[in-house]
Amino acid sequence: MADTSLTILVIDENPTRATILEDGLREAGLVDVVRLDTTHELLKRIFEIDPDVILIDLASPSRDVLEQMFQVSRTVKRPVAMFVDQSDSAMIESAVDAGVSAYIVDGLRKERVKSILDMTVSRFNAFDRLTRELQQARDELADRKLVERAKGILMKSRGISEEEAYGMLRRTAMNEKVKLADIARSVVTAAQLLG
Amino acid sequence: MTKTTAAPIGSERGEGRLRLGFMPLVDCAPLVVARDLGFAAEEGLDLELVRETSWANIRDRLVLGHFDAAHMLAPMPIAARLGLGHLQAPVIAPFVLDQGGNSIAVTTALWREGGDWGGFGDPLASGRTLARLVAERAQAGREQLTFASVHPFSCHHHQLRHWMAAAGVDPDTDVRLTVVPPPHMVAAMEAGEVDGICVGAPWTSRAVDSGVGHIVLPTAVLWPSTPEKVLGLRADLAERRGDEIEALLRSLDRAAAWSEAPENRERLAELLARDEIVGVPAAIVMRSLTGRLQIERGGAPVSVPGFLRFHGEGVNGPITRPRPTDGLWFAAQMLRWHQTDDAEAAFAAAREAFASDRWDRAIGRPSRVDDTLRTFDGPLFDGGDPEKWLRTEGWTGARHV
Repeated sequence: MADTSLTILVIDENPTRATILEDGLREAGLVDVVRLDTTHELLKRIFEIDPDVILIDLASPSRDVLEQMFQVSRTVKRPVAMFVDQSDSAMIESAVDAGVSAYIVDGLRKERVKSILDMTVSRFNAFDRLTRELQQARDELADRKLVERAKGILMKSRGISEEEAYGMLRRTAMNEKVKLADIARSVVTAAQLLG
Repeated sequence: MTKTTAAPIGSERGEGRLRLGFMPLVDCAPLVVARDLGFAAEEGLDLELVRETSWANIRDRLVLGHFDAAHMLAPMPIAARLGLGHLQAPVIAPFVLDQGGNSIAVTTALWREGGDWGGFGDPLASGRTLARLVAERAQAGREQLTFASVHPFSCHHHQLRHWMAAAGVDPDTDVRLTVVPPPHMVAAMEAGEVDGICVGAPWTSRAVDSGVGHIVLPTAVLWPSTPEKVLGLRADLAERRGDEIEALLRSLDRAAAWSEAPENRERLAELLARDEIVGVPAAIVMRSLTGRLQIERGGAPVSVPGFLRFHGEGVNGPITRPRPTDGLWFAAQMLRWHQTDDAEAAFAAAREAFASDRWDRAIGRPSRVDDTLRTFDGPLFDGGDPEKWLRTEGWTGARHV
């Protein structure tokens, strides 16, 4: 059942994550998704957009700007609450853990809010996993290059084969109880120092 | 629906290990000094400091148990107890991190438009100038002035309102009040989004250095003896880990004493200037530590005694000691400005949040205690009768719409 009548505002300075979230919300049938990647004149923009739900990245200092909307104020058209149900601290915790916070117009049904928030949390977590995997892949690539260089240095200076050089690095790493890449880094650094 | 209190969720860290949240402001000093100069270690504590980007995050992560304690705006524990705008949680403020440190600055354009703002640090004279500017704008049909603070439940917000109201400016109808994160303040002034700001050190100095702002008033003049930031923590954690919390208060008290000593200022400025703490040049931090403020770009520094204080005897006793009267003062501001209309609940929350007992057990009850508080304009605030002060400020109880 699509909640097409809801306007959802996404405030996230990370364009990739914002896109992932926006896609998820649209897939769930929420077509009225507005994205802000800048917090310039935030309250004015919110007043114009008049959203039912605001999703904001926890790393944004502008959360304190939104806090003001809790107060009776001329800046928003409708009262805003952080969450509809005080008792649902588990929902808040999963959101905070994922790095997102939600502000919701008073009176919105809990089930609707929950499904939107669940989607947001899972997308934020997915993005986090993606970022971690990407970083891991980069690290692994860098490590492999380092080992290649160390092997080359050993082969040249000791006149040994590639296999022997690799075996030497591996044995040393095991004896010293450190990672292969760390031993490789030492070899490369030492070679640089010794010229 | 019944209002249930949020349960703490975060896992317990090991004995003696405490995780503290802080904001990049000069008044996080006692936390940094306690960790980095060994005051915490001497008490058997291992402090982990986590920098945050908003007060809202600080509050949420404290309530959820991600932080054991945190650098907090002084009115925040009361707001958290009342569940204003958020989960209700039993937050207490057993230690005061500092007094003062904030100032009000206006854009250079508004400064010029105002002409005569009176002697520096004269709240009534600068207030009169503000009132004139507000009236002139209303008459000419120009847009209202916008002033920014850092959070609805902050001293900054209440100080702006107090200053304006004392000059006959109604902060709810005559001006627009908004919130801008401190690191965005200078840009907001530059872009003309705000005409004035009330913010803690070092951010007004940044506005001055950028040539976009002019400091009008250090708020130590408005409220010379009120807590500015406090150490906030959950009462249930303080019960469970009473010994560690008392050890933390003792180490913070020693760290605050070290921070206050003039001979340590240069070292302190360096500690705070680091990128992972406040991340501004040490020279700018020094201005707030010494109280020698640059109020306009290129001008001679002006000395503000008691601009920012971490330790020592204040007007009402030791600065780091919380008093129910201090809490009642914040509750009175929240009532005056209709952030809540339930006086009974607000006063009860204030007394519980700002109870002195933990401080007294950890550090020792001072020989002289009193229950009053003085500010720039009104009558003495008496913790024994907080409503009296409210009535003299025109408060008539709950607002009827």
